[in-house]
Amino acid sequence: MVGYVRTVDAPLLAHPAGEVGMNHFLRERVFNTVLGSVLAACIAILLTWIAWTLFDWAVIRGVWTAPDRELCNAEGAGACWPFIKARAAQWVYGFYPQVERWRVDLVYLIGALSLTGLMVPAIPLKIWNAAFFFLIYPVAAFFLLFGGWFGLPIVETEQWGGLLVTLVLSVTAIVVSAPLGILLALGRRSNMPIVSLLSTIFIETVRGVPLVLVLFMAANMFPLFMPPGVNPDKLLKAIVGTALFASAYMAEIIRGGLQAIPKGQYEGAQAMGLSYWKTMGLIVMPQALKVVIPSIVNNFISLFKDTSLVTVVGLFDLLGIVQTGFNDPKWASAQTANTGYFALALIYWVFCFAMSRYSMFIERKLNTGHKR
Amino acid sequence: MKSFTPRQFSGRGRGRALHQDPMTDQSDKGISSAPHGIGTDFLYNPKLRGILSQVIVLVLLAWGLYWIVANTQANLVKLNQNFGFDFLGKAAGFDLSTSLIEYSSNSNFGRAILAGFYNTALVSVVGIIFATILGFIVGIMRLSKNWVISSAATIYIEIVRNVPLLLQIFIWYALVLKPLPGVKQAFNISDTVFVSNRGITAPHATFGDGAWLALALLAAGLVGTWIFRRWSRKKQELTGQILPVWWISIPIIIAAPFIGLLLAGWPVTWSYPELAGFNFKGGMTLVPEFIALFLALVIYTATFIAEIVRSGIIAVSHGQTEASQALGLDNGKTLRLVVIPQAMRIIIPPLTSQYLNLTKNSSLAVAIGYPDLMYAAGTVNNQSGKAIEVYSIALIVYLTTSLVTSLFMNWFNSRMKLVER
Amino acid sequence: MKFLKSLIMASVFGLGAAAANAATLDDVKAKGFIQCGSNPGLIGFGVPDDQGNWTGFDVDFCRALAAAVLGDATKVKFSPLNAKERFTALQSGAVDVLSRNSTWTMSRDTTLGLTFAGITYYDGQGFMVPTKLNVKSATELNGASVCVQTGTTTELNLSDYFKASKMEYKVVAFEKNEEVLKAYQEGRCDVYSTDQSGLYAERLKLANAAEHMVLPEIISKEPLGPVVRQSDAQWFAIVKWVHNAMLTAEELGVTSKNVDEMKASTNPEIQRLLSVKVKNPDGTEADNDFGKGLGLGPDWAYNAIKQVGNYAEVFDKNLAQLNIARGKNALWSQGGLQYAAPIR
Repeated sequence: MVGYVRTVDAPLLAHPAGEVGMNHFLRERVFNTVLGSVLAACIAILLTWIAWTLFDWAVIRGVWTAPDRELCNAEGAGACWPFIKARAAQWVYGFYPQVERWRVDLVYLIGALSLTGLMVPAIPLKIWNAAFFFLIYPVAAFFLLFGGWFGLPIVETEQWGGLLVTLVLSVTAIVVSAPLGILLALGRRSNMPIVSLLSTIFIETVRGVPLVLVLFMAANMFPLFMPPGVNPDKLLKAIVGTALFASAYMAEIIRGGLQAIPKGQYEGAQAMGLSYWKTMGLIVMPQALKVVIPSIVNNFISLFKDTSLVTVVGLFDLLGIVQTGFNDPKWASAQTANTGYFALALIYWVFCFAMSRYSMFIERKLNTGHKR
Repeated sequence: MKSFTPRQFSGRGRGRALHQDPMTDQSDKGISSAPHGIGTDFLYNPKLRGILSQVIVLVLLAWGLYWIVANTQANLVKLNQNFGFDFLGKAAGFDLSTSLIEYSSNSNFGRAILAGFYNTALVSVVGIIFATILGFIVGIMRLSKNWVISSAATIYIEIVRNVPLLLQIFIWYALVLKPLPGVKQAFNISDTVFVSNRGITAPHATFGDGAWLALALLAAGLVGTWIFRRWSRKKQELTGQILPVWWISIPIIIAAPFIGLLLAGWPVTWSYPELAGFNFKGGMTLVPEFIALFLALVIYTATFIAEIVRSGIIAVSHGQTEASQALGLDNGKTLRLVVIPQAMRIIIPPLTSQYLNLTKNSSLAVAIGYPDLMYAAGTVNNQSGKAIEVYSIALIVYLTTSLVTSLFMNWFNSRMKLVER
Repeated sequence: MKFLKSLIMASVFGLGAAAANAATLDDVKAKGFIQCGSNPGLIGFGVPDDQGNWTGFDVDFCRALAAAVLGDATKVKFSPLNAKERFTALQSGAVDVLSRNSTWTMSRDTTLGLTFAGITYYDGQGFMVPTKLNVKSATELNGASVCVQTGTTTELNLSDYFKASKMEYKVVAFEKNEEVLKAYQEGRCDVYSTDQSGLYAERLKLANAAEHMVLPEIISKEPLGPVVRQSDAQWFAIVKWVHNAMLTAEELGVTSKNVDEMKASTNPEIQRLLSVKVKNPDGTEADNDFGKGLGLGPDWAYNAIKQVGNYAEVFDKNLAQLNIARGKNALWSQGGLQYAAPIR
């Protein structure tokens, strides 16, 4: 041991005064420049004003208990919360019969459990869970919700509504759009000119058209193109329309993922003598899909938001059912619609924000130096 | 048919050499549960198989199309209807709340759709411009060192982009209508501009003869500026002298049409809004539906643009910023001359799809009664019963619009691309 | 190859079916329910309550139709349709019948390829204004902004009316009832215009109904009724005669309560309505089955009346809450316009 080598750590010195604490923070991160200070002050005032207006409306002037619209209709009344309370069950279940609602609960529960298993990295058996969620769960959920089996009474899709329809629509659309999107993406990148052209035409057409138009055509014009008597369920038509729409976007995401896979991977697989489908299925796709998981989650978020458009074609999704509530003379007041829209925005926000946080989490998790 | 070896399926032109002698190939392997002779040989030629499967796809597609057309025809016959666009010439009979072109209930269906298209174009173009400006501001704000500014931008983005646009349109419509006073109590801005719950009413100018001179001078000003800019750039490259291009050209562009009008003897007649009974007479009005839709589209799309801008700027290497600072450029110039031009290359492709989204999302106007293309198409369809014809028109117009936008942005992108030597 | 073969088979079969011109009645009987296009939310005519049970005048007509055709008034599914969607949905076959306060007009009967099966409700377009505007008559509405629902005759009548009275107006048209009402409430327009029945229904939803009044003028004729597709004469006849049977029942005093007793009536008109077999003193029997001609069972009218009610019952059940008097919708014998063609 050499004498001049230190064996103990030197004691930590305190940060220089003015480099820590609130003062430092304010000086360096808020009032760092003149322009910045002025802007920051303006923004702070604006935000405070918005927050205060909202708080005043929702809490201070808000009506918390009331038997009907009388109190909400009073001059200067704020948010009409009793309306939400009266309608909450309908928002979640739609017109689903009261005694059968345990079926919806069960579907929500299984879905939540399976999804947790899929989303939390620490939980094992990912493949089985994924197989369950994407293959078995939708079918099981349909039979459970629709009934007609095991002595369950049939509940027609007309009686589904609210969050149930929103979730059924978005989950089915995303599950269906995944394989379709993969096929379309492969088709677009195919060497076969006709296949590639057709895939491109489909993708670009769908992406160039508003969803409202697709939904209108699916809901009201579809039977016109079919032999007489062929008239699928309205919800089914909306699901097909949404799924086709989503698959075009999914295809573009997956194509992006495919482009990110270096050519060496294809060549390596081919050198191993793997067929086209084996190359894709075993080598390219697993890597490409991993790259695009965050984008897929983001796509799901926009799909989830876009399902609100089915209101325009007369389906009672979450937005539709909330608007139906405004028709009730018992609750019709000046504040009913405002409260309804506010609560609805909050519900959508919670769902979408949670998903976007998850997408960011998974992005960090997957970003483990695969990039070159 | 389980007999083929993996190599034979290697596909995509790589395995061609192996197929020169399938018989020997097979005997080598010794797997021969179902030997394929000359007859099925073509099935294993990847090129032939490619052609074959494409032919099958084409046949299926043609059959599917034929099937749909035949069904539709049969259904139309049953309804005593025939496919055709004659109905576009019939009188519409309904009014639109706002239109950029001359339109009344005496106009025909075709004009109603055209008026709808102009309204879509108006809200899309104005929306795209403002969403881009707001998006860039917020995106840069989010990267600000100032904690208040960056967190305000984050809060705004995280709140707005996680709520469905349709819902936001409803909310904005309520928010726009609520504080606005009735017509008789309209905010009066020096007797020229009135703001009420009928919208923003402002004077409207009508140009008479000779106004073409203003347009001509404006065009001349633009061309002149362009030439001046090229010349000054060349000069800068040669001598290093920077001419104040913007300070010279902007006044020229602004002044040109005014000079033109002055030369033509000011052929402008203004129509001022005047309160008459229930409403304003004269002037032009921006209806609240437009304002609500515009706000919702801009504020929603700007969040996505802001995120695109942010990631574009982050992707520019920090060394670029440091180098430009080392050269003595201030923060604004660093951003404007060094960072953003490089970030644009990453920004433009996703920006294009946001522009397309905004255009498509403008179709949600139907929800609050802004007479856009979807609205006009729906009403025309309802009055004429020509669903297939009307919605084909809508489909084609939307497709063409997005195609044109894509082409323009691709051209712009190729101009901004890094030219590598 | 098997797959391809089945596809080809399916295509041939599909094309064959397209040519076969399937009848709505067979289709309805095969699937076991009637798909009925209804209003998504108009009190008194078609609105789901918080349990999803549909109530209303138009909705009950579909129930009566289901009772007549399938023997069970509950065998009906409702498709809520916006004004803009409704005719496309009917044309395409997405619904079997449209019972959604739709006005009978010539173009709908001709160029739209549809047929109105009768007039279940005589209505007319009116105006509602806030009382604070101090407007007493529609003639004072020059320059007003008018809120209407788009895709309706309301839009067209409005333009006609103002043009004819040489007045100006601004239209603000929305997709859904509730949006029209909300805009009117927020002061976006001075006037709310729709069918008078609709005005009374919507007024209930206003925060302060007493501050709004319906103007006396009626500016249009709005004969409302159920609509079917052209070229299905049998289905058209069924829908038309279910309406006539409900009216006839009212004329004859047959209600859902007394319809069983009425089966014993000796009034030949009632016997024909309820398809009562007549036993003659000499032991012979005479058939009174008018359902056969429609392709329905003999109990067609009985079921409709028993399970849903006659015209007056349906009217009172749904429209009394809106304080709408029978008015023009009273029977012809009571000064109204409702006049049933005889069943014979």
